[in-house]
Amino acid sequence: MNKSLNRLSYPYLLWTFIMIVIPFFLIFIYSVTSSKEGSPVIFQFTFDHYREFFSPSNINILNKSIWLAFQTTVYCLILGYPAAWIISKINIRKQNAIILFFILPMWINMLLRTYAWQIILGRSGILSTFFNIINIKYEGILYTDSAVLIGMVYNFIPFMVLPIFTTLIKIDDNLIEAAYDLGASTKETFLKIIFPLSLPGVVTGIILVFLPAVSSFAIPRLLGGGQYVLIGNLIEKQFYLLGNWNFGSAIAIILMILIIISMMFMKKTDELKSRGGGTLPW
Amino acid sequence: MKKLIEIKNLSKEFDGEIVLKEIDLTIKENEFVTLLGPSGCGKTTILRILAGFETPTTGDILFEGLSIVNLPPNKRNLNTVFQKYALFPHLNVFENIAFGLRLKKMKEKDIVQKVKQMLKLVKLENYEHRNVNRLSGGQQQRVAIARALVNEPKVLLLDEPLAALDLKLRQEMQYELKEMQRQTGITFIYVTHDQEEALTMSDTIVVLNNGLIQQIGTPIDIYNEPKNRFVANFIGESNIISGIMIDDYKVKFEDYIFDCVDRGFHFNEPVDVIIRPEDLSIVPNDNAPMVGVVESIIFKGVHYEICVIVNGKEYVVHTTKNATIGDIVGLTVEPQDIHVMEVGVVLNE
Ligand SMILES: Nc1ncnc2c1ncn2[C@@H]1O[C@H](COP(=O)(O)OP(=O)(O)O)[C@@H](O)[C@H]1O
Ligand SMILES: [Mg+2]
Repeated sequence: MNKSLNRLSYPYLLWTFIMIVIPFFLIFIYSVTSSKEGSPVIFQFTFDHYREFFSPSNINILNKSIWLAFQTTVYCLILGYPAAWIISKINIRKQNAIILFFILPMWINMLLRTYAWQIILGRSGILSTFFNIINIKYEGILYTDSAVLIGMVYNFIPFMVLPIFTTLIKIDDNLIEAAYDLGASTKETFLKIIFPLSLPGVVTGIILVFLPAVSSFAIPRLLGGGQYVLIGNLIEKQFYLLGNWNFGSAIAIILMILIIISMMFMKKTDELKSRGGGTLPW
Repeated sequence: MKKLIEIKNLSKEFDGEIVLKEIDLTIKENEFVTLLGPSGCGKTTILRILAGFETPTTGDILFEGLSIVNLPPNKRNLNTVFQKYALFPHLNVFENIAFGLRLKKMKEKDIVQKVKQMLKLVKLENYEHRNVNRLSGGQQQRVAIARALVNEPKVLLLDEPLAALDLKLRQEMQYELKEMQRQTGITFIYVTHDQEEALTMSDTIVVLNNGLIQQIGTPIDIYNEPKNRFVANFIGESNIISGIMIDDYKVKFEDYIFDCVDRGFHFNEPVDVIIRPEDLSIVPNDNAPMVGVVESIIFKGVHYEICVIVNGKEYVVHTTKNATIGDIVGLTVEPQDIHVMEVGVVLNE
């Protein structure tokens, strides 16, 4: 049983190796070497790209990226938690329909959906047409920070709702009744039982939103305009526009280290919350 | 003793299906009341209505004279021990037990003292910091009981709390629960489908079937004077025989007129006669009121279970004296061991 399972995992391991380990290794090599023209050695070891990154303007871009990802995560959580909660409360047939509504847009290409937002938010878009009809002056918010945030939240909110919903429906009704029985009000039951038990879903949701948000470049480009540069755009620029693969790789590695640190931090918070009582289903 | 809870004409329907019908029940202070009946008869529903998780379709519940049917569960002065324990998985043993006290904003010092006292009562001293998910079934059940009892409710509702435990642990816990009830003086309303458990623990047993109360009484009453076939069958083993009441104190069955202690029936009224297996004795066959053939013998430790066929009908006898299969024997019964019931009161069988 175990042996055959192990053998079944070989193709997967091979796949992981080819598609993840090798590319990662290459990125790392690129990030610590330089390939100057006219130099006899093709790859020369250097930390210059890392040093180069820590310039005030780049740090600014990094801060802006983290801030946008943070805001996106917070809005997704604020809007997504109540949504997940409401969905978990309704009867099972409607539940499946609503979950489908959440998943369905994810089957449409992300760029396409973002173009749709361009049309909605633009100067001659649906929103401004509507406002014009009712005689309110509205210039459109396309190419502003708000437009980027709306696009980001719209795009990432299913990744917050679904894991929270999954943990909420797994909570045994008996636990909620037990809390009421012991004298807890609806609010106290939520704060002391339901929310703590849904934390694994919240943590998963935060990771699923924050990680891609911090490195996203398509949505900021389309809704924020050309002057809207985030860390993702910076990396993209190095590879496609400037052909500076070494610097691009170094930025990617720095971003990855930041992400790993923040993930470890999240995991730690989660463990602290469970206070040695039950280990929460992670 | 003072009346604590009065259930009046309580009925409950789920989607038009009647689950409880005209339940009338008075529960006194310090009483250990057991709701006994087969699975699906409505026991849990009664507890859930008392706890406030279901509202009755009709009827009222008075708690110390005041109606509580419109009170939410968290405002009722009773606590529940759930069938599957329902311990909070993210809290340790201490925090589970302290849950109700923390809601009351009690001082930390008092909380610690009360929780410690409870842990002692349920024999889990030094388990404060344990993870509840890693406790055995018996230990989880003790935590659940402590979590409810620590709030010092007037009434504790227990829904088959021992059903998931093995026999030995169950018997131990039966004794301990009874002891806790005695020590704390809290009224227990206890649900079980196990007649032996009901007989050992209760002050009062309420026998239910199909949502109807069949009989309310002390364990001895219920065992010795079952009101109908259902109760007789459900509580212990019984021989149930159709007979005719010839006169006061005279009942006829198996073509013999027996003396009995029952009276007040109509002349020649058909009745059900109940005789417990241990009340039948095997005697020499001459002059015995009933004569039959020994069909089987099973050794049960303290006694033999002997099956005797009389007029084609099976009689179960519990006796310490052995017999031989195929023997022709006589059976007798003392007048006070013959229980005569009306046929009409058989409900919903
Ligand atoms: N929420 C509910 N909805 C519909 N039917 C229910 C519900 N709860 C209980 N019932 C029905 O009520 C009857 C009694 O159930 P219950 O009180 O759980 O019985 P017991 O605890 O004696 O086994 C059963 O037939 C059960 O199917
Ligand atoms: Mg039940």
